[in-house]
This record gives sequence, structure tokens and C-alpha cells, in this order.
Amino acid sequence: MRRVVVTGLGLVTPLGADVETCWANLIAGRSGAGPITRFDASDQKCTIACEVKAPDHPWGFDPDKRVDHKVQRQVDPFIVYGIDAAGQALEDAGLTEMSEAERFRAGCSIGSGIGGLPGIESESLVLAEKGPKRVSPHFVHGRLINLISGQVSIKYGLMGPNHAVVTACSTGAHSIGDAARMIALDDADVMLAGGSESTVCPIGIAGFAAARALNTSFNDRPEQASRPYDRDRDGFVMGEGAGVVVLEEYERAKARGAKIYAEVIGYGLSGDAFHVTAPEPEGSGAYRAMEMAMRKSGLALSDIDYINAHGTSTMADMIELGAVKRLFGDAVGGLSMSSTKSAIGHLLGGAGAVESIFCILAMRDQIVPPTLNLDNPSEGAEGVDLVPHVARKREVRAVLNNSFGFGGTNASLVMKTI
Amino acid sequence: MSETADRVKKIVVEHLGVEADKVTEDASFIDDLGADSLDIVELVMAFEEEFGVEIPDDAAEKISTVKDAITYIDEHKG
Repeated sequence: MRRVVVTGLGLVTPLGADVETCWANLIAGRSGAGPITRFDASDQKCTIACEVKAPDHPWGFDPDKRVDHKVQRQVDPFIVYGIDAAGQALEDAGLTEMSEAERFRAGCSIGSGIGGLPGIESESLVLAEKGPKRVSPHFVHGRLINLISGQVSIKYGLMGPNHAVVTACSTGAHSIGDAARMIALDDADVMLAGGSESTVCPIGIAGFAAARALNTSFNDRPEQASRPYDRDRDGFVMGEGAGVVVLEEYERAKARGAKIYAEVIGYGLSGDAFHVTAPEPEGSGAYRAMEMAMRKSGLALSDIDYINAHGTSTMADMIELGAVKRLFGDAVGGLSMSSTKSAIGHLLGGAGAVESIFCILAMRDQIVPPTLNLDNPSEGAEGVDLVPHVARKREVRAVLNNSFGFGGTNASLVMKTI
Repeated sequence: MSETADRVKKIVVEHLGVEADKVTEDASFIDDLGADSLDIVELVMAFEEEFGVEIPDDAAEKISTVKDAITYIDEHKG
């Protein structure tokens, strides 16, 4: 099997619209949470979210940088975020000007958990109020999940595999794992891989709140609402944004002198076969995904220095933690594990990709990001360094990233430095 | 310039993201302003909405320049 490395990174998150700003804010312990500004949320049970900030904010997102005005008008925000993050990653990798032969071997696997929910909501209202003749001709392709991959391939002329994963909140991790396999199996030499989401809209907040997944008791203290492993946690904080990496076949990256961030060495997938929203109580699905990723990596359990947990600030946090403890055994004492959802919220289909990038930056800078708001760890959290409140300098040689989604779908990725 | 022309040009600028000075009356939506067939469908819908006219498909197919749109609207608006 061919080796696969990461040579470019791109981020659009509630803590910054580029990799370095976002990472600096994350390490500084800042929170991206606040009252919802995108719409009037006063009648919602949850009135807060981690929104991507407007262009005039110190770390706001300017869509004009990489996305044509016309495209912006036609598509949902998750596609805009995805195009921008993909552009950042290509620029970072120095691959914006590939030859036609290279572009035949370069593809996209950028997915989303839900897709264009805000646009589906607003166009449904147009249909109801004005009738079918007023529905936009751009309605369908402006909302489809695979249209990040579609738009990016058109913009940069990438003619290799064009793919889009849809596995709810494990989309980003599955996207990277699947794309890495495409390179390993010689379907492509370069893949843009990641995930994006933007569902901060009335029906998105109402739907997740109705499913009892969102926090509702911190509306007056948004920055304290996302508190994985803390005994007062009561649901996730909706985030939005995108993460995209450039994956590249190792020999090709080495030959062109590319900056190599990390190697993708392990990928594990499993299904809970249990319940549509609740994880299997013993965490057996999470355990098997991590176990498979570790087995494929060839590493010893003690080689993992950092785990970026799924840790959504829900009841499921302790199920994941239990599975980690069972799998790692004594080795759990030597690693650090944090949930960066405490700072940026839950990016749903974008989460696994954004968090994989945080794992890579943890290896680059030898520092692990904190779990904010972890004031009183729940019973069962003892014996694991959950990096409460502040980032910590430490050795980070290899990392594990977990992502789990509705439907009982689990993905784990293992990466290491070269 | 007529009031219709002003409003048509404003819609074209907004929808196609082009510079206002490129939207001359002779400009072709597809050849000069970068529109595709779906953009034209959307523009026609926007004209219908703005001017309260109905532009049937066979008439819409004949609208290829900014002037075509202005003329049709002026002839059919109430």
C-alpha cells in the first residue's frame, strides 16, 4: 500500500478563518460561543451557538477572498466555507497550479453531515408563500452535499475522484480516511479531504433541541455552555465551519520537497447497530473503531500522546471515555485527551476534519489544546489527563482522532509525525 | 435612461456579480456577462418579481441581451 501524508491545511471556524488564527485562539483558551446573531432565536429553547464570525470581527470570515460573488449567492454557507477551506489547503500545499496530468490524479472528498439546511428552510417558505414558480433554479445544486467537491473541482480543475461522505458527525473523519485509502489504492495521488457544516438556522436549532441534543441551560452564559466531561454539561453547542486537508502520496510529496505535516497511518470504522441517536452504552462501537485504527497503524498503544475526543458535552462523553480507558489500559496514564468542541462547538460534518487538523498542529507545535469549562469532572473521568482549562506543552508524537455520528457510525484516525 | 433600464441593470449586477459599467443595453447575458442558462432562468424570475409581469418560457428564450429584457418589460408591465 502506498503511504499517505498531509501537505496542506485549511480552516474556517468560529475561532478564525485561517489555520494560524484559529489555532492561536484555541491554544489561548478562547471560546467561539455567543448569542445567535444569524436570526432571531428568542423563541428557541437554545439561543446560543458558535457562529463563524462576520468579516468585520477580529477573526471574521471574508467570503470574497476565495469564493465568487455569483457562487456565494447561489449556494448555502456550508459550501462557501468548504470552498474557502479547500483553497487555503491547496495554497498551503503549493498545489494551486498543477499540470493537467497532475490534475487528472487529484480529487476531492469533502462532505457534510446535513448539507444546505438553511437554504432548504428558506426556499420551502418561498414555495409555501409564492408557489413553485418562484423556487430558484439554483435551489438543488446550491444545497447538495457533494457540491463542495463539485465546486472545488471546477474552480481548480481537479479531475480525479470526486466524492462526498455523508455520515453525520463522523463525516469529516470518514472523508479523510476514505480519501487516504483512495491514494493508498492508487486511485489518485492528491486528494482534498474534509467536511463542512452550517446549520445555524431556525429549523436546525429547533430540530437538534427537539432531539434533546443541544444545551439549554446556559443561554445566559454562552462561553460556559460547551463543557465536555463536566458534571453540569447538558448538551452540545452548535458550531459551524469547515476543515479541509491536502492528502498526498508520500513519494510524490517528498520528491517535490513539500512541507509534510503528518502521515495518516490508521483508520478504523464501525457501526453501533443500536440506536439512531444514543451511542451503545458500553461504547463498543467507539472501542472497535479505535481498535481497528490502532491495529492498522502498527503503533503501540503507548505511542499515542494525544487523543482529540469526540466529546460533545453530552451524556455520551463518558461512554467514549470509558471505551478509551478499556482500549488503552495502563497506557491511558501517559496520554492527554481533550475536546476542542469546548471552544468551537460541534461542527457536525465538519468536526472530524477540523479536529484532525488540531491533532496535526498539536504535533507540529508540541502542545495540546485544552478542554474548556471542565470545572468538576464527572465520575469516571479520574486517571485521564483531560487538559482542563489551559493548553499544555508536552511531547506529541502520534495522535488519535475520534468522531461518532447519529445512526451509530464511528470513525477513528491515527496520524504521526514523519 | 428609463426607470425600467435602471432597475433591470441593478438586478443584473446583483445576480451576476458583474461591474455596473459592463451592463450596457447591448450586453449579452451569456457572451458578455458570464451567465449560464440557469442564471437566465433566475434573472427572468427576478424581473417577474420586480415588475409584476409574467414572462412565459417562449418569451424568456428570446431574451438574450439587457435591451431585450427592458423592451419586453416595458411592453408588458401593467
